[in-house]
Amino acid sequence: MIFSFQLLFEAIVFGILLGGFYAAVSIGLSVAFGLLDVPYVAHPAVMILAAYCTYVLGSYGWDPIIAGLTLMPLFFLFGVAMYRFYYETFEKRGTETAVRGLAFFFGIAFIIEVGLILAFGVDQRLVEADYIGKSLTFGEMRVPLRMLVAFGIALALTAALTLYLSKTFTGRAIKAVAQDESALRLMGADPVRIKQWAFGIATAVTALAGAMLIIVGPVEPMLDRVYIGRTFCVVVLAGLGSMSGTLAAGLILGIAESIVLMHFGASWAPVVAFGLLLVVLGIRPQGLFGR
Amino acid sequence: MRPRVSPFWIGAAATIVLAGMLSLSGVNEYFFFAGYVVLQFVVLATAWNILAGYAGYVNFGTAAFFGIGAYTSVVLFNSLGAPLLVQIAAAAAVTGLLGFGTGLLTLRLRGIFFSIATVAIIYIAETLMMNWRYVGGATGLQFLRPSPMVPFETYTRMLFFVMAVLAVIAVSIARYIESSWIGRGLRALRDTEEAAECSGVPTLRLKLFACTVSGALMGMAGAPLPMYLSFIEPASTFSLNYSIVALAGAIIGGTSHWVGPAIGAILLASVQQIVTVTISSEINVLVVGVLLVVFVVAAPEGIIGLIRKLRRTRAAARSPS
Repeated sequence: MIFSFQLLFEAIVFGILLGGFYAAVSIGLSVAFGLLDVPYVAHPAVMILAAYCTYVLGSYGWDPIIAGLTLMPLFFLFGVAMYRFYYETFEKRGTETAVRGLAFFFGIAFIIEVGLILAFGVDQRLVEADYIGKSLTFGEMRVPLRMLVAFGIALALTAALTLYLSKTFTGRAIKAVAQDESALRLMGADPVRIKQWAFGIATAVTALAGAMLIIVGPVEPMLDRVYIGRTFCVVVLAGLGSMSGTLAAGLILGIAESIVLMHFGASWAPVVAFGLLLVVLGIRPQGLFGR
Repeated sequence: MRPRVSPFWIGAAATIVLAGMLSLSGVNEYFFFAGYVVLQFVVLATAWNILAGYAGYVNFGTAAFFGIGAYTSVVLFNSLGAPLLVQIAAAAAVTGLLGFGTGLLTLRLRGIFFSIATVAIIYIAETLMMNWRYVGGATGLQFLRPSPMVPFETYTRMLFFVMAVLAVIAVSIARYIESSWIGRGLRALRDTEEAAECSGVPTLRLKLFACTVSGALMGMAGAPLPMYLSFIEPASTFSLNYSIVALAGAIIGGTSHWVGPAIGAILLASVQQIVTVTISSEINVLVVGVLLVVFVVAAPEGIIGLIRKLRRTRAAARSPS
């Protein structure tokens, strides 16, 4: 193996682009799990579902970004309904929420996955748009345009969500409910309605993430399994519920994965996220920016 | 007065005798092929429940233990041509050790963190096997089965009997743990770990014990797999499907009693086998997901809970009040 700075540089640039994308696909989970404490293991499966919805809309000639934006309100309602159901059946009853809630979302993820296999088969699907397939050339380096587009959306999404949570009244209420639910109840606010709203937003953001997923590369129904590792790695590394931390953690994972990919080959890439996740859980479970 | 042999041990012995008689009878070979899978899930679900049902730690990594058990057999068979029983014992030792390591994770991780960490173990193990040439890498390896031991006509029949014995062993261990002080300690730490520790329950030792036993049993269930399939390949061996069927079997049967996971696994795996043959193999995974969600929502105590409720209402109806 010849060490070259050019290669390392390229790996880092590609890693940064990839990392922004990873941050964006994790940010919904960062709200749902990080802030609301819901064991939402179905997050990657919902994202793949959104990617397939984008694919279906794309086959009618829709641009994937427009399709993703259109899906957001629908997924918002889906998220609200899902949280309501979760709350009524598990959180409200209280006992043994952990085991059953986990099993519930694990089951939902499986149902989505198999539903997609039944509807679309196991083949890879992709969408077409002007910015997919082209690349920009900087000197000797080629940067695929689709990665730049995904990176741009990722930054915008993260910035928007950070601003929303820190500047608006509802956003602050969401952060408050994460910190102290009973205090919020004493202030006269209904924590369940706020959580429901927040979960809706998390799912809506996941819809756009799904659209980005299919822009970045082809998708297949089982893809959610790898993303369990990536999204939870980012959220845990970030420190639960930290939005800026999510971006930083995404970049760390992206760069690490890109370097491993370039030096050891594609078969080792999926293990980076899971390995990093185990290391973080073992050494610093509260994450980089955790409280 | 000392109690005579309990009905449980009579049942256990009867199960083994029945399995032995079946595998020596003229029943269609397919029965053993499918029955092996059903019994394998009895072991997996029972093992899963030792940790999750009693101690409250949800292990999504069943597939990792199962797969490492299978690959231990591969290595032993390839290098030494070790016989099946040696393969099973070695697999139990290796995955028991891995279980001990997982138990150390519970020092810092609870709830979903523990569960996600166990998913990570699956992927790390799978990637390692994919990149290890000796065990066939990503393409896999084929095996020539040795001839079966004396009374058995075919290897599949022998494996069916072996798996039946393993299932009885797994259920007996679960029953022992449940009714002994170990089970009481695990239940105490499930409800409130700090309170249990403060009242003198050795929580760490109990958790390590439960993780080790559970892991070893899962590895044992996986050990005969290479001989059963005459083939091994990482992607299907470390499939998350094993994790979800083990979990779903235990939850559908009922996690609060040792017989629950066995009942749930037998029902679920049988339905799966029937659906795979009559409809399609995709639908059979869908059945698992749907049944799991339905039970978790509508009957969280599982079949055991439903039976208890039925008994209670009958008893209430009988007694005039």
